[in-house]
Amino acid sequence: MPNNVFEHDHFAHCESGVMSLLLRHHGLELSEAMVFGLSGALMFAYIPFVKLGGLPLIAYRSMPRAIIKGLRKNLGIGMKMVNFSNPSLGKKALDEVLDAHQVVGAQTSVFWLPYFPEEMRFHFNAHNLIIFGRDNNDYLISDPVFEHPMRCPSNDLQKARFVKGMMAPKGLLYYPEKIPEQLDYAKIIPKVIRKNARAMLKTPVPVAGLGAMRLLARHLGRLDKPGWLTQLRQRPQTMKISDCGVARSQRPQYPDNSRYARLFMGHIVRMQEEIGTGGAGFRFIYASFLQEAGELLGCDALLQTSQQLTLVGDQWREFALMLVKAIRIKDDRAVDFAALRRKLESIAEAEAEVYRDLLKLTRNNKIS
Amino acid sequence: MKSSKVPQHNISTYGDNKKAIYAVGTDGRYTRVCSSGWKVEEAATKQALDELTRLAILARKDVLAGKASPLYFHMYDRRMDVQTLAQATGLFKWRIQRHFQPRVFARLPEKILARYTDALGISVAQLCQLPQEEGAGAQ
Repeated sequence: MPNNVFEHDHFAHCESGVMSLLLRHHGLELSEAMVFGLSGALMFAYIPFVKLGGLPLIAYRSMPRAIIKGLRKNLGIGMKMVNFSNPSLGKKALDEVLDAHQVVGAQTSVFWLPYFPEEMRFHFNAHNLIIFGRDNNDYLISDPVFEHPMRCPSNDLQKARFVKGMMAPKGLLYYPEKIPEQLDYAKIIPKVIRKNARAMLKTPVPVAGLGAMRLLARHLGRLDKPGWLTQLRQRPQTMKISDCGVARSQRPQYPDNSRYARLFMGHIVRMQEEIGTGGAGFRFIYASFLQEAGELLGCDALLQTSQQLTLVGDQWREFALMLVKAIRIKDDRAVDFAALRRKLESIAEAEAEVYRDLLKLTRNNKIS
Repeated sequence: MKSSKVPQHNISTYGDNKKAIYAVGTDGRYTRVCSSGWKVEEAATKQALDELTRLAILARKDVLAGKASPLYFHMYDRRMDVQTLAQATGLFKWRIQRHFQPRVFARLPEKILARYTDALGISVAQLCQLPQEEGAGAQ
């Protein structure tokens, strides 16, 4: 049975953690913050018409796999990435890779992994982990969001790798094939920072970047007013055939607006804090990256923006606290949605300031 | 956030695990700090879980009253909704909703049942009835 030597570490986020560990295993020391920053994966997205579990998509980073692909592009790392349409072939490929003493990153669902705490097991399909060995019927797993290496029975892992649905992993396996011998950070860092700041400030449609943040603020401000955006799309599911002939407006309605408002607010907090963002929806990780980059390049201005972004992160944490307090208030009229809106707008303004500074700093893709 | 201010609230949703949080140490440099959780996060996670439990309990009542098939209960019990179930089974939403009718569900062929049991991770026998205990959901 292959039992590869592998050094586990505890990180904040799954995808950046996996990449940091894989690169270290292949001889390239790169901290999680550097991995996250260099892949340019910091984002904010709010897509009201894409619903997950009846609630709109909110994300504090770009798409799953963006970190892997961003690193591949920005650092010129050769990544091997394979999907499988056939689960049994996927299992065979995994075993072969492990037998060849490789460690390998994999995308899985969270729900089917037995070592996850019961209360954390939701149907989220874009979790990342490292498989580094096999022991009888168990796979040895290094999951960077856990303190210690884990074990997972092969049936469960198989299920987790081949769930269907949104962001389905399709058994994705990946590992670095070619690592560049030298990295010219003085060239790479300003470029990725500039690109990221531009994406945040200048995305033309308000589904991503600061526009999305402001749109979310506006929607938050009118959560108490019923409308098509603020309707819970989870019930009724037992629609009878006889309902079909009835006009939409006359079907049984579930005008549970206050419940929707509460779920919506909780959803924001979950996306920001629960799903391994290192605090404040990746803002702290990115601030850590700016600090590391500033030290590496000997640039004090970057250190300053790092501090600025830390303050923005603190504001995000305050915002999360405000939301949870609002959820607890029983009387709907007592919830001050306008105050939540103002808070989010002020955060957006503070964050925009950080990105504007970063743009100024990296003019001509050089740190000036 | 200062590393000394990282919350350590021992929240239940972590189940004795710790999470890494980025925070600024006394020297002004960022470090990773192990956190046993923040109450704010716990409240949000619990809220999402409670909503699923609430839907499962309502669904159980509908099933007992003969208004819906057991599938309706098991969907929420396994923390899904119609959209997730549709994606996991590859069936259209309207078909699944039709299968919520007890009359239709009773006549489903094995092939379709297998798609449901596969997506939900339960056996056919389990799928066709309600589990004993009230609120013994999402195990």
